[in-house]
Amino acid sequence: MQKQEHPHKFMKYLRSERLPHIFCPGCGNGIVMNTIFNAIEMSDKDFDNISMVSGIGCSSRIPGYVKCDSLHTTHGRALAFATGLKIANSQQDVIVVTGDGDATSIGGNHLIHAARRNIDLTVICVNNDIYGMTGGQISPTSPEGSYATTAPYGSTDKPFNISEVAKAAGATYVAKYTTAQPVQVSMAIKDGLQNKGFSLIEVISACPTYYGRKNKIKTPTDMMNWFKQNTITLQQAENMSDEELVGKIVTGVYINKPRKEFVESLDDLIDKYSDIKSEENIKKAYMSD
Amino acid sequence: MEEKELFVQGNEACALGAISAGCRFFAGYPITPSTEIAEIMSKKLPTVGGHFVQMEDEISAVGAIIGASWAGQKVVTATSGPGVSLMQENIGYAAITETPIVVINMQRGSPSTGQPTRSAQADMMQARWGSHGDYEIIALAPSSVQECFDYTIKAFNLAEQYRVPVLVMADEIVGHMREKITIPSEIEVVPRTMPEKVDNYLPFDADDNSTTPMPAFAEGFNVHITGLTHDERGYPSTDDPDVHTKLVTRLCNKILSKRNEMALIETEFLDDADTIVISYGIPSRSALTAVKQAREKGLKVGYIKLGIVWPFPEEKLLELTANASRIIIPELNLGQIYLEVDRVLGKHAKVELISKIGGALHTPDEILSKILEE
Repeated sequence: MQKQEHPHKFMKYLRSERLPHIFCPGCGNGIVMNTIFNAIEMSDKDFDNISMVSGIGCSSRIPGYVKCDSLHTTHGRALAFATGLKIANSQQDVIVVTGDGDATSIGGNHLIHAARRNIDLTVICVNNDIYGMTGGQISPTSPEGSYATTAPYGSTDKPFNISEVAKAAGATYVAKYTTAQPVQVSMAIKDGLQNKGFSLIEVISACPTYYGRKNKIKTPTDMMNWFKQNTITLQQAENMSDEELVGKIVTGVYINKPRKEFVESLDDLIDKYSDIKSEENIKKAYMSD
Repeated sequence: MEEKELFVQGNEACALGAISAGCRFFAGYPITPSTEIAEIMSKKLPTVGGHFVQMEDEISAVGAIIGASWAGQKVVTATSGPGVSLMQENIGYAAITETPIVVINMQRGSPSTGQPTRSAQADMMQARWGSHGDYEIIALAPSSVQECFDYTIKAFNLAEQYRVPVLVMADEIVGHMREKITIPSEIEVVPRTMPEKVDNYLPFDADDNSTTPMPAFAEGFNVHITGLTHDERGYPSTDDPDVHTKLVTRLCNKILSKRNEMALIETEFLDDADTIVISYGIPSRSALTAVKQAREKGLKVGYIKLGIVWPFPEEKLLELTANASRIIIPELNLGQIYLEVDRVLGKHAKVELISKIGGALHTPDEILSKILEE
């Protein structure tokens, strides 16, 4: 009998010639890709109008598999590149895929400033609490006491809460869910895409290969169960003490409060001080005058 | 546009040159002595439908201009030594991704924070070697306010022509000096060419020693741009020695093979010269005066000014100096381009350095004394 081909419904969005991908078995990046495509389809955005930008790390390899214009940049700098890409042609929808190390360690400065400006980017921060690409070192989100190749006695560092940082810095849409909640993640990315401003969706994701192995949560299913057992909502967290919150993943919409978007403010200046509209200058490098 | 005469600072001439070249995007971070370029761009760009953004640091400034370049803009940033040091990783990214960008370096006393308000030419080797790896860039060195304007335009055109980062290696003196400049009625601008949309489009399928037309994002090309070693499709290919060798060799040779063709050289009194003063940037002003004074004394002294320092126009210089036995090079550093001049010309001529650091320019007398030493 001939083998029947049943391509995945999202295969059309992939650079199929680049498969198989480099992600480990049990990695959360596949679920994240699914939620991104789901979100685009649920939103009013056109896939053909999307450009993706990423930094360095496992999750930053996602845009390389997506059939769109994609800019795989230097470590930590995805938001800086995306800022220029978006300002220079604000008609395109820009999705940034970044990890916990990329966005909050080496790129922490760019994260707070992109959020402060409220530039219209949808940032998907895939947080697996570890550096996967380099083989399992602690990241700024690794829980205190967790093990990594650079924390053989357990991490002594206090971790960042990425969503709280983004919210405090001025992001207008921030949500956090785990890869055990793909529907919620999809909805959040959709809302982020539709928010005209800086949106950050923190996705707590599984790295069984490094985080799991080092911290005795070895299999992908163990990691999923660990997420499920420790996930609480923002509402539940309100009535819990700091001690009770240790080890908990607090999920939900951290902020959804639109305000004036950055490129709109820049374009207002052009409207006020120039006879031409900013859109007349899109792709000006290709014009001969 | 009618020809115009202006009395402006070098920094302002750079800003005006950028806008004349079609630049509509600036990202930068304040730093002495280049801050005026950012200030002027923040004022002028909105009036011509362009965007200015003050970034959080110099690292993000280069990131933003590279992003904007892929969106289809001609882009520039301006900075000085400490900023250029921070920019290096992303300059290397622009080199491997073949992204046209212009970086203006108003050089100041260094290393580290050094002398923010004094001049130097001590970043000349950093301009070429500052980022890790084998790559080539183009660097120009203006010696006057007029050249700040002309060379900035030239920098944009070269960046487009070769798809490469181009550095305008000016200095504090030329940046803050005021001179009369002429804005010509016609300015030659090299536009970018959109590639043709064909099946199985290969964005990096270039012949040896060349590059390809650069696509823009949001045009339907679906290109993948990465700082990883990549093949003709733009896809990462990091394990194949042949792919890496082919890519990096091409990136270097597309510049090096054109070093004589793109040379920007001014000469005086070379015909019978047995001693030649070779200079670039601001010391050229004192050098030419000194050479003229030597000629008045009946000495056979010639003058060569390099407008483009990198790539170094080796064969062209060999040809111009074939009959000279002595070369003198004044620099505001402890000997950088001197090393390159000595490498290329040292076999047939004695190459001597007049080094000066601390912030003041060589006087014509200092150069003349050196000429008279023999």
